[in-house]
Amino acid sequence: MTATPIYNFAYLDEQTKRMIRRAILKAIAIPGYQVPFASREMPMPYGWGTGGVQVTASVLGPDDVLKVIDQGADDTTNAVSIRKFFEKTAGVATTTRTREATVIQTRHRIPEEPLGESQILVYQVPIPEPLRFLEPRETETRQMHALEDYGLMHVKLYEDIARHGHIATTYAYPIKVEGRYVMDPSPIPKFDNPKMDMSPALQLFGAGREQRIYALPPYTQVISLDFEDHPFERTKFDKPCGLCGATGVYLDEVVTDDRGGRLFVCSDTDYCEERRGGQA
Amino acid sequence: MSQSAIQPAFADASRGAQAVFRSVMDAMSRPGRITPLDAGFAPPAPLNAAAAAILIALADFETPLWLDGPLARHGEVAEFLRFHTGAKLAPTPDAAAFAVIADPASAPTLGAFAQGTPDYPDRSTTVILQVERLTPDGWQIAGPGINGHAHFGATPLPGDLTHQFKNNRARFPLGVDLIFAGPSEIAALPRSTRILEAR
Repeated sequence: MTATPIYNFAYLDEQTKRMIRRAILKAIAIPGYQVPFASREMPMPYGWGTGGVQVTASVLGPDDVLKVIDQGADDTTNAVSIRKFFEKTAGVATTTRTREATVIQTRHRIPEEPLGESQILVYQVPIPEPLRFLEPRETETRQMHALEDYGLMHVKLYEDIARHGHIATTYAYPIKVEGRYVMDPSPIPKFDNPKMDMSPALQLFGAGREQRIYALPPYTQVISLDFEDHPFERTKFDKPCGLCGATGVYLDEVVTDDRGGRLFVCSDTDYCEERRGGQA
Repeated sequence: MSQSAIQPAFADASRGAQAVFRSVMDAMSRPGRITPLDAGFAPPAPLNAAAAAILIALADFETPLWLDGPLARHGEVAEFLRFHTGAKLAPTPDAAAFAVIADPASAPTLGAFAQGTPDYPDRSTTVILQVERLTPDGWQIAGPGINGHAHFGATPLPGDLTHQFKNNRARFPLGVDLIFAGPSEIAALPRSTRILEAR
Protein backbone atom coordinates (compact mmCIF):
# COMPACT_ATOMS: atom_id res chain seq x y z
CA MET A 1 0.00 0.00 0.00
CA THR A 2 1.32 3.38 -0.93
CA ALA A 3 0.58 6.15 1.48
CA THR A 4 0.58 8.96 -1.08
CA PRO A 5 -2.24 11.32 -0.11
CA ILE A 6 -4.65 12.35 -2.86
CA TYR A 7 -5.44 16.05 -2.98
CA ASN A 8 -8.10 17.97 -4.80
CA PHE A 9 -6.47 19.79 -7.73
CA ALA A 10 -4.20 22.51 -6.29
CA TYR A 11 -4.98 21.48 -2.67
CA LEU A 12 -7.95 23.79 -1.93
CA ASP A 13 -11.51 22.47 -1.96
CA GLU A 14 -13.83 23.77 -4.68
CA GLN A 15 -15.94 25.99 -2.43
CA THR A 16 -12.84 27.79 -1.17
CA LYS A 17 -11.63 28.30 -4.73
CA ARG A 18 -15.00 29.73 -5.77
CA MET A 19 -14.93 32.17 -2.85
CA ILE A 20 -11.36 33.26 -3.70
CA ARG A 21 -12.16 33.49 -7.42
CA ARG A 22 -15.11 35.78 -6.71
CA ALA A 23 -12.83 37.99 -4.59
CA ILE A 24 -10.25 38.09 -7.42
CA LEU A 25 -12.89 39.23 -9.93
CA LYS A 26 -14.04 42.04 -7.62
CA ALA A 27 -10.43 43.03 -7.01
CA ILE A 28 -9.85 43.32 -10.77
CA ALA A 29 -13.02 45.39 -11.19
CA ILE A 30 -11.96 47.83 -8.43
CA PRO A 31 -8.19 48.23 -8.96
CA GLY A 32 -6.30 48.84 -5.72
CA TYR A 33 -9.26 48.12 -3.40
CA GLN A 34 -8.67 45.39 -0.79
CA VAL A 35 -11.38 42.74 -1.03
CA PRO A 36 -11.92 40.77 2.21
CA PHE A 37 -11.85 36.99 1.80
CA ALA A 38 -12.16 34.01 4.12
CA SER A 39 -8.53 32.96 4.17
CA ARG A 40 -8.00 29.29 4.98
CA GLU A 41 -5.39 27.59 7.08
CA MET A 42 -2.71 26.28 4.79
CA PRO A 43 -0.12 23.59 5.50
CA MET A 44 2.48 26.31 6.09
CA PRO A 45 2.69 29.10 8.62
CA TYR A 46 1.46 32.64 8.07
CA GLY A 47 4.31 34.72 6.74
CA TRP A 48 5.31 32.00 4.30
CA GLY A 49 3.03 33.22 1.59
CA THR A 50 -0.32 31.67 2.50
CA GLY A 51 -2.18 34.49 0.74
CA GLY A 52 -0.17 34.14 -2.45
CA VAL A 53 -0.50 30.35 -2.31
CA GLN A 54 -4.31 30.56 -2.02
CA VAL A 55 -4.51 32.98 -4.95
CA THR A 56 -2.18 30.81 -7.04
CA ALA A 57 -4.16 27.65 -6.15
CA SER A 58 -7.40 29.31 -7.27
CA VAL A 59 -5.97 30.60 -10.55
CA LEU A 60 -3.82 27.64 -11.58
CA GLY A 61 -4.92 25.19 -14.28
CA PRO A 62 -3.36 21.95 -15.51
CA ASP A 63 -1.68 23.69 -18.49
CA ASP A 64 -0.02 26.44 -16.46
CA VAL A 65 3.72 26.68 -15.95
CA LEU A 66 4.54 27.97 -12.48
CA LYS A 67 7.56 29.95 -11.32
CA VAL A 68 8.06 30.94 -7.68
CA ILE A 69 10.58 33.51 -6.51
CA ASP A 70 11.61 34.71 -3.08
CA GLN A 71 13.42 38.06 -3.16
CA GLY A 72 14.18 37.39 -6.82
CA ALA A 73 15.68 33.95 -6.18
CA ASP A 74 14.25 30.66 -7.45
CA ASP A 75 16.39 28.54 -5.15
CA THR A 76 15.62 29.75 -1.62
CA THR A 77 13.59 27.71 0.89
CA ASN A 78 10.30 29.56 0.46
CA ALA A 79 10.41 29.42 -3.34
CA VAL A 80 11.48 25.78 -3.50
CA SER A 81 8.86 24.60 -1.02
CA ILE A 82 5.96 26.45 -2.68
CA ARG A 83 7.04 25.13 -6.08
CA LYS A 84 7.15 21.60 -4.66
CA PHE A 85 3.77 22.13 -3.01
CA PHE A 86 2.12 22.80 -6.37
CA GLU A 87 4.06 20.07 -8.16
CA LYS A 88 2.63 17.67 -5.62
CA THR A 89 -0.93 18.94 -5.26
CA ALA A 90 -1.63 20.20 -8.81
CA GLY A 91 0.90 18.29 -10.88
CA VAL A 92 1.67 21.44 -12.86
CA ALA A 93 4.90 22.07 -14.73
CA THR A 94 7.32 24.40 -12.97
CA THR A 95 10.17 26.48 -14.27
CA THR A 96 12.75 28.97 -13.11
CA ARG A 97 12.69 30.81 -16.44
CA THR A 98 10.63 34.00 -16.28
CA ARG A 99 9.86 33.82 -20.01
CA GLU A 100 8.43 30.28 -19.81
CA ALA A 101 6.14 30.88 -16.83
CA THR A 102 2.42 31.62 -17.15
CA VAL A 103 1.93 32.15 -13.40
CA ILE A 104 4.69 33.65 -11.25
CA GLN A 105 4.26 33.75 -7.49
CA THR A 106 6.59 36.25 -5.93
CA ARG A 107 7.76 37.32 -2.54
CA HIS A 108 8.96 40.90 -2.72
CA ARG A 109 10.40 41.27 -6.24
CA ILE A 110 9.23 41.79 -9.82
CA PRO A 111 11.40 39.90 -12.33
CA GLU A 112 13.86 41.99 -14.34
CA GLU A 113 12.64 40.57 -17.63
CA PRO A 114 9.54 42.51 -18.78
CA LEU A 115 6.36 40.47 -18.33
CA GLY A 116 3.92 39.77 -21.14
CA GLU A 117 0.14 39.76 -21.55
CA SER A 118 -0.15 36.01 -21.06
CA GLN A 119 1.51 36.10 -17.63
CA ILE A 120 0.01 36.50 -14.16
CA LEU A 121 2.09 37.79 -11.27
CA VAL A 122 0.89 36.74 -7.79
CA TYR A 123 2.35 38.67 -4.84
CA GLN A 124 2.65 37.40 -1.28
CA VAL A 125 1.59 40.26 0.97
CA PRO A 126 2.25 40.55 4.72
CA ILE A 127 0.34 43.80 5.53
CA PRO A 128 -2.01 44.85 2.73
CA GLU A 129 -3.17 48.09 4.34
CA PRO A 130 -0.85 50.98 3.41
CA LEU A 131 -2.33 53.12 6.19
CA ARG A 132 -2.03 50.45 8.91
CA PHE A 133 1.07 51.84 10.63
CA LEU A 134 -0.46 55.32 10.60
CA GLU A 135 -3.93 54.26 11.79
CA PRO A 136 -4.28 50.89 13.51
CA ARG A 137 -8.10 50.69 13.43
CA GLU A 138 -9.51 48.79 10.45
CA THR A 139 -12.84 50.66 10.75
CA GLU A 140 -10.95 53.94 10.35
CA THR A 141 -8.69 52.93 7.46
CA ARG A 142 -11.69 51.50 5.60
CA GLN A 143 -13.44 54.84 5.94
CA MET A 144 -10.29 56.70 4.89
CA HIS A 145 -10.24 54.66 1.66
CA ALA A 146 -13.97 55.25 1.16
CA LEU A 147 -13.51 59.01 1.55
CA GLU A 148 -10.23 59.04 -0.39
CA ASP A 149 -8.69 60.62 2.69
CA TYR A 150 -4.99 60.04 2.09
CA GLY A 151 -3.56 63.18 3.67
CA LEU A 152 -1.97 61.13 6.45
CA MET A 153 0.16 59.22 3.94
CA HIS A 154 1.52 62.46 2.55
CA VAL A 155 2.28 63.62 6.09
CA LYS A 156 4.29 60.44 6.60
CA LEU A 157 6.31 61.04 3.43
CA TYR A 158 6.77 64.69 4.43
CA GLU A 159 8.09 63.61 7.83
CA ASP A 160 10.63 61.48 5.98
CA ILE A 161 11.81 64.59 4.15
CA ALA A 162 11.86 66.68 7.34
CA ARG A 163 13.96 64.07 9.13
CA HIS A 164 16.22 62.73 6.38
CA GLY A 165 16.09 65.39 3.65
CA HIS A 166 14.53 62.95 1.23
CA ILE A 167 11.77 60.32 1.14
CA ALA A 168 13.51 57.52 3.03
CA THR A 169 10.94 54.80 2.28
CA THR A 170 12.77 52.25 0.16
CA TYR A 171 10.36 49.31 0.08
CA ALA A 172 6.55 48.93 0.29
CA TYR A 173 6.55 52.41 -1.20
CA PRO A 174 2.89 53.56 -1.43
CA ILE A 175 1.28 53.87 -4.84
CA LYS A 176 -1.93 55.41 -6.14
CA VAL A 177 -3.92 53.31 -8.60
CA GLU A 178 -5.81 55.01 -11.45
CA GLY A 179 -6.06 58.17 -9.37
CA ARG A 180 -8.27 56.51 -6.75
CA TYR A 181 -7.03 53.95 -4.21
CA VAL A 182 -3.73 54.22 -2.35
CA MET A 183 -2.26 50.73 -2.31
CA ASP A 184 0.60 48.88 -0.69
CA PRO A 185 2.65 47.26 -3.48
CA SER A 186 3.81 44.64 -0.91
CA PRO A 187 7.39 44.93 0.35
CA ILE A 188 8.99 45.09 -3.09
CA PRO A 189 11.91 47.53 -3.33
CA LYS A 190 10.80 50.91 -4.67
CA PHE A 191 13.14 50.09 -7.56
CA ASP A 192 10.36 47.79 -8.84
CA ASN A 193 7.47 50.29 -8.47
CA PRO A 194 7.78 51.71 -12.02
CA LYS A 195 7.40 48.17 -13.43
CA MET A 196 3.85 48.04 -12.03
CA ASP A 197 2.69 51.00 -14.09
CA MET A 198 0.94 49.98 -17.33
CA SER A 199 2.27 46.42 -17.03
CA PRO A 200 0.85 44.10 -19.72
CA ALA A 201 0.58 41.32 -17.08
CA LEU A 202 -2.25 40.89 -14.58
CA GLN A 203 -1.00 41.44 -11.01
CA LEU A 204 -2.80 39.77 -8.09
CA PHE A 205 -2.03 40.30 -4.39
CA GLY A 206 -2.90 37.87 -1.60
CA ALA A 207 -2.57 38.49 2.13
CA GLY A 208 -3.40 35.28 4.02
CA ARG A 209 -3.21 36.33 7.66
CA GLU A 210 -4.87 39.69 6.94
CA GLN A 211 -7.48 38.06 4.68
CA ARG A 212 -7.32 40.49 1.79
CA ILE A 213 -7.02 40.13 -1.98
CA TYR A 214 -6.37 43.04 -4.32
CA ALA A 215 -5.31 43.47 -7.91
CA LEU A 216 -3.86 45.60 -10.66
CA PRO A 217 -5.39 44.76 -14.03
CA PRO A 218 -3.03 44.97 -17.01
CA TYR A 219 -2.43 48.47 -18.39
CA THR A 220 -3.36 50.20 -15.16
CA GLN A 221 -1.92 53.53 -14.15
CA VAL A 222 0.23 53.20 -11.04
CA ILE A 223 1.87 56.30 -9.56
CA SER A 224 4.33 56.27 -6.67
CA LEU A 225 3.29 59.00 -4.22
CA ASP A 226 5.67 61.96 -4.08
CA PHE A 227 5.88 65.76 -3.98
CA GLU A 228 6.57 68.20 -6.81
CA ASP A 229 9.83 69.31 -5.17
CA HIS A 230 10.71 65.78 -3.99
CA PRO A 231 9.79 63.56 -6.95
CA PHE A 232 9.85 59.77 -6.68
CA GLU A 233 13.31 58.44 -7.46
CA ARG A 234 14.17 54.90 -8.39
CA THR A 235 17.02 53.31 -6.41
CA LYS A 236 20.28 53.53 -8.38
CA PHE A 237 23.37 51.36 -8.05
CA ASP A 238 26.83 52.73 -8.90
CA LYS A 239 28.24 49.34 -9.87
CA PRO A 240 27.07 46.63 -12.25
CA CYS A 241 26.31 43.09 -11.08
CA GLY A 242 29.52 41.40 -9.87
CA LEU A 243 28.66 38.17 -11.69
CA CYS A 244 26.95 39.05 -14.98
CA GLY A 245 27.82 42.74 -15.31
CA ALA A 246 24.19 43.83 -15.72
CA THR A 247 23.38 47.48 -15.07
CA GLY A 248 19.99 48.96 -14.28
CA VAL A 249 18.95 45.93 -12.25
CA TYR A 250 18.30 45.45 -8.53
CA LEU A 251 21.38 44.18 -6.68
CA ASP A 252 21.80 42.21 -3.45
CA GLU A 253 24.84 42.62 -1.24
CA VAL A 254 26.62 39.35 -0.52
CA VAL A 255 29.36 39.10 2.11
CA THR A 256 32.11 36.95 0.61
CA ASP A 257 34.64 36.52 3.43
CA ASP A 258 35.40 37.63 7.00
CA ARG A 259 37.72 40.45 5.96
CA GLY A 260 35.04 42.85 4.73
CA GLY A 261 34.87 41.49 1.20
CA ARG A 262 31.53 41.97 -0.47
CA LEU A 263 29.91 41.45 -3.79
CA PHE A 264 26.87 43.08 -5.35
CA VAL A 265 24.95 40.62 -7.51
CA CYS A 266 21.59 40.48 -9.32
CA SER A 267 18.73 39.71 -6.95
CA ASP A 268 16.93 38.06 -9.90
CA THR A 269 18.82 34.75 -10.12
CA ASP A 270 17.18 33.61 -13.38
CA TYR A 271 18.08 36.88 -15.12
CA CYS A 272 21.68 36.65 -13.90
CA GLU A 273 22.09 32.99 -14.87
CA GLU A 274 20.69 33.54 -18.32
CA ARG A 275 23.07 36.42 -18.92
CA ARG A 276 25.98 34.23 -17.85
CA GLY A 277 25.17 31.62 -20.48
CA GLY A 278 22.20 29.73 -19.10
CA GLN A 279 24.02 27.23 -16.88
CA ALA A 280 21.06 27.10 -14.50
CA MET B 1 -38.63 17.79 -10.60
CA SER B 2 -38.41 17.60 -14.38
CA GLN B 3 -35.90 15.41 -16.16
CA SER B 4 -33.81 18.35 -17.42
CA ALA B 5 -33.17 19.58 -13.89
CA ILE B 6 -30.63 16.89 -13.29
CA GLN B 7 -28.77 17.21 -16.57
CA PRO B 8 -25.06 17.09 -15.89
CA ALA B 9 -22.85 20.19 -15.98
CA PHE B 10 -19.03 20.07 -16.08
CA ALA B 11 -17.60 16.65 -16.89
CA ASP B 12 -14.84 17.40 -14.36
CA ALA B 13 -16.11 19.84 -11.73
CA SER B 14 -12.68 21.08 -10.68
CA ARG B 15 -11.08 21.53 -14.11
CA GLY B 16 -14.31 22.75 -15.72
CA ALA B 17 -14.77 25.47 -13.12
CA GLN B 18 -11.10 26.47 -13.37
CA ALA B 19 -11.21 26.86 -17.16
CA VAL B 20 -14.40 28.93 -17.01
CA PHE B 21 -13.01 31.10 -14.20
CA ARG B 22 -9.86 31.80 -16.23
CA SER B 23 -12.00 32.91 -19.18
CA VAL B 24 -13.99 35.21 -16.90
CA MET B 25 -10.81 36.54 -15.28
CA ASP B 26 -9.26 37.19 -18.71
CA ALA B 27 -12.43 38.96 -19.84
CA MET B 28 -12.67 41.03 -16.64
CA SER B 29 -9.00 42.05 -16.71
CA ARG B 30 -9.15 43.02 -20.41
CA PRO B 31 -12.51 44.79 -20.77
CA GLY B 32 -14.20 44.43 -24.15
CA ARG B 33 -11.92 41.64 -25.29
CA ILE B 34 -13.96 38.74 -26.69
CA THR B 35 -12.86 35.60 -24.85
CA PRO B 36 -13.79 32.05 -25.83
CA LEU B 37 -15.75 30.09 -23.25
CA ASP B 38 -16.67 26.50 -23.93
CA ALA B 39 -19.16 25.25 -21.35
CA GLY B 40 -19.20 21.69 -22.68
CA PHE B 41 -22.80 21.11 -21.61
CA ALA B 42 -26.27 22.33 -22.53
CA PRO B 43 -28.40 23.97 -19.81
CA PRO B 44 -32.21 24.21 -20.00
CA ALA B 45 -33.41 27.08 -22.26
CA PRO B 46 -33.56 30.04 -22.17
CA LEU B 47 -30.42 29.97 -19.99
CA ASN B 48 -27.44 30.01 -22.37
CA ALA B 49 -24.41 27.79 -21.98
CA ALA B 50 -21.89 30.52 -21.17
CA ALA B 51 -24.10 32.10 -18.51
CA ALA B 52 -24.77 28.68 -16.99
CA ALA B 53 -21.07 27.82 -16.96
CA ILE B 54 -20.18 31.09 -15.23
CA LEU B 55 -22.79 30.52 -12.52
CA ILE B 56 -21.80 26.91 -11.91
CA ALA B 57 -18.13 27.92 -11.74
CA LEU B 58 -18.67 30.83 -9.35
CA ALA B 59 -21.99 30.65 -7.52
CA ASP B 60 -22.77 28.66 -4.36
CA PHE B 61 -24.70 28.90 -1.09
CA GLU B 62 -23.05 32.25 -0.34
CA THR B 63 -24.28 33.99 -3.49
CA PRO B 64 -28.00 34.66 -4.06
CA LEU B 65 -28.98 34.59 -7.74
CA TRP B 66 -31.50 36.81 -9.44
CA LEU B 67 -33.12 35.60 -12.66
CA ASP B 68 -35.07 37.92 -14.97
CA GLY B 69 -38.66 37.27 -16.07
CA PRO B 70 -38.11 34.78 -18.94
CA LEU B 71 -35.60 32.76 -16.90
CA ALA B 72 -37.74 32.77 -13.77
CA ARG B 73 -40.79 31.66 -15.76
CA HIS B 74 -39.01 28.48 -16.83
CA GLY B 75 -38.95 26.51 -13.62
CA GLU B 76 -36.33 24.07 -14.89
CA VAL B 77 -33.73 26.86 -15.08
CA ALA B 78 -33.99 27.54 -11.37
CA GLU B 79 -34.07 23.80 -10.62
CA PHE B 80 -30.94 23.26 -12.72
CA LEU B 81 -29.05 26.10 -11.03
CA ARG B 82 -30.20 25.12 -7.56
CA PHE B 83 -29.07 21.56 -8.13
CA HIS B 84 -25.63 22.45 -9.46
CA THR B 85 -24.77 25.49 -7.34
CA GLY B 86 -26.83 25.25 -4.15
CA ALA B 87 -27.46 28.97 -4.48
CA LYS B 88 -30.78 30.40 -3.36
CA LEU B 89 -32.78 32.82 -5.48
CA ALA B 90 -32.72 36.48 -4.54
CA PRO B 91 -36.18 38.03 -4.16
CA THR B 92 -35.07 41.38 -5.61
CA PRO B 93 -32.21 42.47 -7.90
CA ASP B 94 -30.48 44.41 -5.11
CA ALA B 95 -30.16 41.26 -2.98
CA ALA B 96 -28.27 39.34 -5.66
CA ALA B 97 -24.58 38.51 -5.96
CA PHE B 98 -25.14 37.34 -9.53
CA ALA B 99 -28.00 38.28 -11.86
CA VAL B 100 -28.80 36.85 -15.27
CA ILE B 101 -30.76 38.76 -17.89
CA ALA B 102 -32.14 36.83 -20.86
CA ASP B 103 -34.45 39.53 -22.15
CA PRO B 104 -32.68 42.89 -22.47
CA ALA B 105 -35.91 44.69 -23.35
CA SER B 106 -37.42 44.13 -19.91
CA ALA B 107 -34.19 44.29 -17.85
CA PRO B 108 -34.12 46.39 -14.68
CA THR B 109 -31.74 49.36 -14.77
CA LEU B 110 -28.18 48.76 -13.58
CA GLY B 111 -28.95 51.01 -10.63
CA ALA B 112 -31.56 48.51 -9.39
CA PHE B 113 -28.86 45.96 -8.52
CA ALA B 114 -26.64 45.93 -5.43
CA GLN B 115 -24.07 48.72 -5.81
CA GLY B 116 -21.83 47.94 -2.82
CA THR B 117 -21.18 50.45 -0.05
CA PRO B 118 -18.43 53.09 0.23
CA ASP B 119 -16.67 50.90 2.82
CA TYR B 120 -17.27 47.66 0.90
CA PRO B 121 -17.72 48.42 -2.81
CA ASP B 122 -17.21 44.70 -3.54
CA ARG B 123 -20.66 43.89 -2.11
CA SER B 124 -22.29 44.46 -5.47
CA THR B 125 -24.08 42.41 -8.12
CA THR B 126 -22.27 40.90 -11.08
CA VAL B 127 -24.76 41.20 -13.92
CA ILE B 128 -24.64 38.57 -16.67
CA LEU B 129 -26.34 39.72 -19.88
CA GLN B 130 -27.16 36.95 -22.31
CA VAL B 131 -26.52 38.16 -25.86
CA GLU B 132 -26.61 36.59 -29.30
CA ARG B 133 -23.52 38.21 -30.69
CA LEU B 134 -20.34 39.95 -29.46
CA THR B 135 -18.52 42.24 -31.86
CA PRO B 136 -15.17 44.04 -31.78
CA ASP B 137 -16.81 47.28 -32.90
CA GLY B 138 -19.35 49.54 -31.25
CA TRP B 139 -18.50 51.46 -28.08
CA GLN B 140 -15.09 52.98 -27.84
CA ILE B 141 -13.92 52.12 -24.33
CA ALA B 142 -10.94 52.90 -22.10
CA GLY B 143 -9.80 52.26 -18.55
CA PRO B 144 -7.81 49.74 -16.51
CA GLY B 145 -7.05 46.62 -18.54
CA ILE B 146 -7.17 48.44 -21.87
CA ASN B 147 -4.02 49.59 -23.63
CA GLY B 148 -5.14 52.96 -24.97
CA HIS B 149 -8.66 52.27 -26.12
CA ALA B 150 -10.66 49.37 -27.51
CA HIS B 151 -13.95 48.75 -29.29
CA PHE B 152 -16.69 46.47 -28.18
CA GLY B 153 -20.34 45.84 -28.90
CA ALA B 154 -23.02 43.21 -28.34
CA THR B 155 -26.56 42.53 -29.50
CA PRO B 156 -29.24 42.63 -28.34
CA LEU B 157 -28.83 45.08 -25.47
CA PRO B 158 -31.18 47.21 -23.35
CA GLY B 159 -31.85 50.38 -25.36
CA ASP B 160 -30.23 52.87 -23.02
CA LEU B 161 -27.37 50.71 -21.74
CA THR B 162 -24.80 53.30 -22.86
CA HIS B 163 -26.41 55.91 -20.63
CA GLN B 164 -26.87 53.43 -17.78
CA PHE B 165 -23.28 52.26 -17.94
CA LYS B 166 -22.00 55.84 -17.93
CA ASN B 167 -24.02 56.40 -14.77
CA ASN B 168 -22.58 53.18 -13.38
CA ARG B 169 -19.04 54.46 -14.07
CA ALA B 170 -19.90 57.75 -12.37
CA ARG B 171 -20.65 55.83 -9.16
CA PHE B 172 -17.16 54.26 -9.10
CA PRO B 173 -15.91 52.58 -6.90
CA LEU B 174 -19.53 51.56 -6.37
CA GLY B 175 -21.47 49.96 -9.20
CA VAL B 176 -22.05 46.67 -10.95
CA ASP B 177 -19.76 44.69 -13.23
CA LEU B 178 -21.19 43.42 -16.52
CA ILE B 179 -20.46 40.13 -18.21
CA PHE B 180 -21.82 39.65 -21.73
CA ALA B 181 -22.47 35.96 -22.32
CA GLY B 182 -22.70 34.93 -25.98
CA PRO B 183 -23.29 31.34 -27.05
CA SER B 184 -19.63 30.31 -26.85
CA GLU B 185 -17.76 33.48 -25.93
CA ILE B 186 -17.89 36.20 -23.32
CA ALA B 187 -16.70 39.75 -22.71
CA ALA B 188 -16.85 41.96 -19.64
CA LEU B 189 -17.19 45.61 -18.75
CA PRO B 190 -16.16 46.08 -15.11
CA ARG B 191 -17.30 49.24 -13.36
CA SER B 192 -13.87 50.79 -13.96
CA THR B 193 -14.38 50.96 -17.74
CA ARG B 194 -15.27 54.28 -19.37
CA ILE B 195 -17.37 54.49 -22.53
CA LEU B 196 -15.74 57.22 -24.60
CA GLU B 197 -17.98 57.07 -27.61
CA ALA B 198 -21.19 55.25 -28.37
CA ARG B 199 -21.94 54.14 -31.88
